[in-house]
Amino acid sequence: MKHLRYLLLGAYFGIVLTKSEVTTWHKIRAMFYFREPDLYLIIGLGVVVGSICVWFVRRSKPTTPFGEPVVVQPKPMHKGVFFGSFLFGIGWFIAGTCPGPIYAQLGGGEFFAVFTLIGAIIGAYAFALLKPKLPD
Amino acid sequence: MGFLLDPWPWWISGPLIGLTVGLLLLIGARNLGVSSSFRHLCAMALPKSRLPYLAQDNLKEQAWNLFFVGGIALGAFVAVHFLSRNPVEFLPAHYHTLTGALKLLGGGFLIGFGTRWARGCTSGHAIMGLSSFQKPSLYAVLSFFGGGLLAAAVAKFLIGGGP
Repeated sequence: MKHLRYLLLGAYFGIVLTKSEVTTWHKIRAMFYFREPDLYLIIGLGVVVGSICVWFVRRSKPTTPFGEPVVVQPKPMHKGVFFGSFLFGIGWFIAGTCPGPIYAQLGGGEFFAVFTLIGAIIGAYAFALLKPKLPD
Repeated sequence: MGFLLDPWPWWISGPLIGLTVGLLLLIGARNLGVSSSFRHLCAMALPKSRLPYLAQDNLKEQAWNLFFVGGIALGAFVAVHFLSRNPVEFLPAHYHTLTGALKLLGGGFLIGFGTRWARGCTSGHAIMGLSSFQKPSLYAVLSFFGGGLLAAAVAKFLIGGGP
């Protein structure tokens, strides 16, 4: 099954997120209050390694084991990049988690993360409602 | 190998997080991103919605994303139960209250609304977007750190330490 690989890749990501502790409220607070540099360093090194991966993909244009072409998609410039991200940042601070770690918290047995996930789904619904009226 | 059971230091976990970009591209032909899952879950919960944003969500094409976030939960389960010496404290005790639940709902709302408006989160914009040198992602990252740092400053000013 072609989708199984995404479950396994997600599991890899989930293990690394959890073991790096970016899934904990305390680490997020420590980042926003500049009490420790860990999260900035994790994101920074993640981007360094990620950009080597992207450089390799752009240079060698590989295909997956299933024969699909590997493409790095462009991120379009739009106003939501500024406004939406700003709101997300506030939520990140309040809930002490960003999207990936919500799922990690749930899998790790932190059942109060259900509230964060439900909030996020309601947030997506509110966006669907308001999308025609928001600057894009 | 006992060190594996402790939290992994930034110089190990950072590169391993970055490697996810390459693994997902080379094995899955997909660009790393998590927050679109909120759109898919919302569209699945409301299959009859006429809102274009939900009705036009191509769940068949995007199913990989739900497998991926399911995998994140699975991986966290493995990390907590088989790769940790001590219990992992995701949320502090004072969030296990009604006030805490309301904060998580409210914070979650901003996370869902904001990341969908921005079309990306820490994974899609910070890790994937910056790794592929995309200017919109740089603005997104500056903006979400701006929002978070401002919230932190306001919380410190109002209640000395944050909610």
